[in-house]
Amino acid sequence: MIHINIYRYNPEKDKFPYMQTFEFEKPKRDIMVLELLNQLKEKDPTISYRRSCREGVCGSDGMNINGKNGLACITPLSSVVQKNKLDLRPLPGLPVVRDLVVDMTEFYAQYEKIKPFLQNDVPVDIGERLQSPEDRDKLDGLYECILCACCSTSCPSFWWNPDKFVGPAALLQAYRFIADSRDTKTAERLQSLSDPFSVYRCHGIMNCVSVCPKGLNPNEAIGEIKSMLLSGKNKENIIASDGMS
Amino acid sequence: MSTLNSSNIKTLEFDVLVIGGGGSGMRTSLELAKSGLKTAVVSKVFPTRSHTVSAQGGITCAIASADPQDDWRWHMYDTVKGSDYIGDQDAIEYMCSEGPKAVFELEHMGLPFSRTENGRIYQRPFGGQSKDFGKGGQASRTCAAADRTGHALLHTLYQNNVKEGSNFLNEWFAVDLVLNKFNEVTGVVAFSIESGEVAYLKAQATVLATGGAGRIYSSTTNALINTGDGLGMSLRAGIPAQDMEMWQFHPTGIYGAGSLVTEGCRGEGGYLINKDGERFMERYAPNAKDLAGRDVVARSMVLEILEGRGCGENKDHVFLKLDHLGADVLNAKLPGICELSKTFAAVDPVYEPIPVVPTCHYMMGGTPTNIHGQAYKISSSADDYIPGLFSVGEAACVSVHGANRLGGNSLLDLVVFGRAAGLHINEALKSGGGVADADKDDIDKALHNLNVLNESSSGHEVSSVKRELQEVMQNYFGVFRRGDYMEKGVSALEEIREKIENLHLQDKSAAFNTNRVEAIELQNLFEVAEATAISSLQRTESRGAHAREDFPERDDQNWLCHSLYDPTTKILGKRHVNFEPNQVEAFPPKVRTY
Repeated sequence: MIHINIYRYNPEKDKFPYMQTFEFEKPKRDIMVLELLNQLKEKDPTISYRRSCREGVCGSDGMNINGKNGLACITPLSSVVQKNKLDLRPLPGLPVVRDLVVDMTEFYAQYEKIKPFLQNDVPVDIGERLQSPEDRDKLDGLYECILCACCSTSCPSFWWNPDKFVGPAALLQAYRFIADSRDTKTAERLQSLSDPFSVYRCHGIMNCVSVCPKGLNPNEAIGEIKSMLLSGKNKENIIASDGMS
Repeated sequence: MSTLNSSNIKTLEFDVLVIGGGGSGMRTSLELAKSGLKTAVVSKVFPTRSHTVSAQGGITCAIASADPQDDWRWHMYDTVKGSDYIGDQDAIEYMCSEGPKAVFELEHMGLPFSRTENGRIYQRPFGGQSKDFGKGGQASRTCAAADRTGHALLHTLYQNNVKEGSNFLNEWFAVDLVLNKFNEVTGVVAFSIESGEVAYLKAQATVLATGGAGRIYSSTTNALINTGDGLGMSLRAGIPAQDMEMWQFHPTGIYGAGSLVTEGCRGEGGYLINKDGERFMERYAPNAKDLAGRDVVARSMVLEILEGRGCGENKDHVFLKLDHLGADVLNAKLPGICELSKTFAAVDPVYEPIPVVPTCHYMMGGTPTNIHGQAYKISSSADDYIPGLFSVGEAACVSVHGANRLGGNSLLDLVVFGRAAGLHINEALKSGGGVADADKDDIDKALHNLNVLNESSSGHEVSSVKRELQEVMQNYFGVFRRGDYMEKGVSALEEIREKIENLHLQDKSAAFNTNRVEAIELQNLFEVAEATAISSLQRTESRGAHAREDFPERDDQNWLCHSLYDPTTKILGKRHVNFEPNQVEAFPPKVRTY
């Protein structure tokens, strides 16, 4: 048997959250943590959590699994169960709505703050904007973010200042548009991040890198933003040296 | 909890309600964002969690990047042929000719398409694509962002909705349509999943953009949220559904897990093998081989398995071989597939083949609409619409996919028809279109089902009834179908209906009650399953994805038409297929070979 401890909190009836233990027979084949939750929910339909794609691309089921943030749907039991014990808690640092469901308002607000959309006022007459494969390659490792919030909610700087520090997820997206050869607002984007909190509260703790279920590296992107801010170098001179825009 | 009625819930008033925040819903809302109309997107999940995010291979469109001579008419020909001739040719023409504009718009919005050496959008070969009306060999027409095109598209649409300030009701669940005494749709009753608060969302136009319902089957590539909520609501309201027997089984779902492995794998040069290592598609489709239509490939795979040439201990799957493409190609073109195979099949495609099996993937049927998204009612006069009701994307049957969808055409469908519906609604509402108010009884009627669930003190468990339903559909309405089996399936469903109407909602709490959401989702799944079962049994021919052992031939004499399921009588009617495109000659039915 595996002892599954799940964080329970229903605002209508619980004064305080508590951990509830479920005994779960060790499955014959390895299953994902999400499948475990689905099976437990069949017995106790009151357990609440988010889920959608069940294959690691929608970002719904980020949670704290034995102390580390991850996606339940792509985390095999075998990789996390220790001494027949598994603790499942909501993502840390955000208000809990119920059980494993957190209120992500602040997380999304930071995302919206970085203007997560391409800005380019030059109209295109016909067809697409051209982009060299080399310039397109610069977006790899950035655009794949699924907004699961595993990174930002594992970041102590985000815990302290979720309203002022943009956090690793949104900073990764800020850099995704800075790095895009088609975006013309690099200077404005950098300017909006130049206060003492937005970027500079990142102290390179690297929790974001160690938890990202997509293997992305927000720390590196934040480093790029910082060095662009410090050097005053912007994309326009970088692109000129690449030959194609 | 007290019984809900029109006087104890609040009313939120909008011009337009878009139910669903996936690709089609967000393309509709984006079109409406600049209109000045008060629009709300009602999504049961945060929009980027919608199932569009799982689309992989790309968006098919004749943008003439891979081949400067490419022509939307060739794409149209392929799509008509792929549909086995029951796709509406006016709609297919509209999609294929408007397509390039829609794809370039996405690029301008920032979608990170992969690129060719000259900086244009990268296009890859996909199944069922040809040049020169089938005479010029395989075409490369599917525009791709690596193998994460759906993710890139969905995020780009969300980002641009943020840019335009669209209004989202995220994690709100629409329960039932509210119809007034003239049978016009005046919005929905819905609840906030987070707080449990119930409201009447009133609107002049209601757009069902609720996607597919692959979860009627036990094995599906679809997300857990694909429960056909829009169709469930419309069927409960007596609104018809078209071509519901047409379900696509994708050839390559990961064996066991069901996760999708993109057709792009075969586009990039991968192929299927049986236990002898034979590339068996050469026998079934000598020209297109592994890139024949999905229905053809899926059936061939099942035949290989039935004839004892399947792989593995139980000989119940085949292999998708990719290792010959090399690590560089796989990492550059198919990185997501490498990730998924390692996670869900414990296989690294660089070295080993992926175990795959045909898996329920896409609902070609849906609410019948014209190209503006207006929903048809059943009527003796040719084309009567239901005032106030629209549908787009997988939930709709416009019909561009007919009896079999081509890979890459669903993403195009979403953006082309999402945009078209937005344009039409804007014009219609500004020129005085709209619906009459619902009265109290109408709203109470729409609350009835929710009240029954909320007040249930005994009955059947949601999870066990769901499993039962999925097994019936999987066993009796799969890749190959037979009348006697399907009759058993239909009567099994009759028994399940009694349970569906007597579900026990064990959790009655307000905040983030997913038990309540799953109960209503199950009721929606049931409506879709029943429509599927009855339509499948009554279409007595084989066409596209609908393959009957007892009626193995296509029957153009009797069935060159849409089926139209009437939920009030459970009788299957027929609707004509459009053979009147505006810019080209219609493509007449031919024998369909690849």
